[in-house]
Amino acid sequence: MYRDFGTIFVFILLGIILVYIPLLIQKLVAPSNPSWDKLSTYECGEEPEGSAWVRFNIRYYTIALIFLIFDVEVVLLFPWAVIFQDFIKEGNGMLVFIEMAIFLFILIVGLAYVWQKTDLDWVKRKIAFPSGRYDNQLTEDRK
Amino acid sequence: MGLLEDKFEDNIIVASFDKILSWARSTSPWFFQFGLACCAIELMATGASRHDLSRIGMIPRSSPRQADVMIVAGTVTMKMALRIKKLYEQMADPKYVISMGSCATSGGPYWQYGYHVLKGVDIVVPVDVYVPGCPPRPESLIEGLIKLQEKILNERPLTKKAA
Repeated sequence: MYRDFGTIFVFILLGIILVYIPLLIQKLVAPSNPSWDKLSTYECGEEPEGSAWVRFNIRYYTIALIFLIFDVEVVLLFPWAVIFQDFIKEGNGMLVFIEMAIFLFILIVGLAYVWQKTDLDWVKRKIAFPSGRYDNQLTEDRK
Repeated sequence: MGLLEDKFEDNIIVASFDKILSWARSTSPWFFQFGLACCAIELMATGASRHDLSRIGMIPRSSPRQADVMIVAGTVTMKMALRIKKLYEQMADPKYVISMGSCATSGGPYWQYGYHVLKGVDIVVPVDVYVPGCPPRPESLIEGLIKLQEKILNERPLTKKAA
């Protein structure tokens, strides 16, 4: 049984060797001319501005998520609008219209939800569920 | 320079290793696509199925870090010249440049009155092969690439250079 571990050991050894031998070869053979320009960040040929570790406001993510919902909706609406005429000719116009209305209704419920959550406002005036650090602010507002 | 580069006297072992190295380098020159104008369309046609650059070992790369050959395809404006210089500097050694078309070679139709055009990309980066044409047909680009491969094949990476 212990000899099976020997096989695993050989595999681990091989794995290490197969990683480090190419690294060694490239260390020996590859030319290395580091310069300030070469070591600078690749920014499609532009001068890098500041650090890449910039923090984005977390509120951008909510906006992006809401945008994505309606983006996909438009993608579905366009082909629907183009083929709608054909459905009218076949006499199925109302059916297809109601189907799309249901689809839009589901998304509008989502919009109403984020609206109620005040996620559409960039500057939050009303905090829906205040707790912790916002407690004081709420009491000040109420004064 | 690398650890072994330009370190050895010329003898049969070093020459053989030189041959292996330069053969390896010449058969896979991945190119950095630098399509600037209409030459880029011919460059795309060369990479596409009819002329098929992959069969001579060339794969288009979008990052200078992975590329060996920069194909400057098109009109080099003064603004772009700075970027070309920067991207050439960011490519990993050994690196080569192909100047494709008359615009990149000499300014081409903009030679006389093109106030915004660099009169030849060799002003900012060292060019290995010039491909004439306006724009060059894929066949001439392929000939340029084969000329470049010959040039790389004749290199002696390990042998000491005569001073």
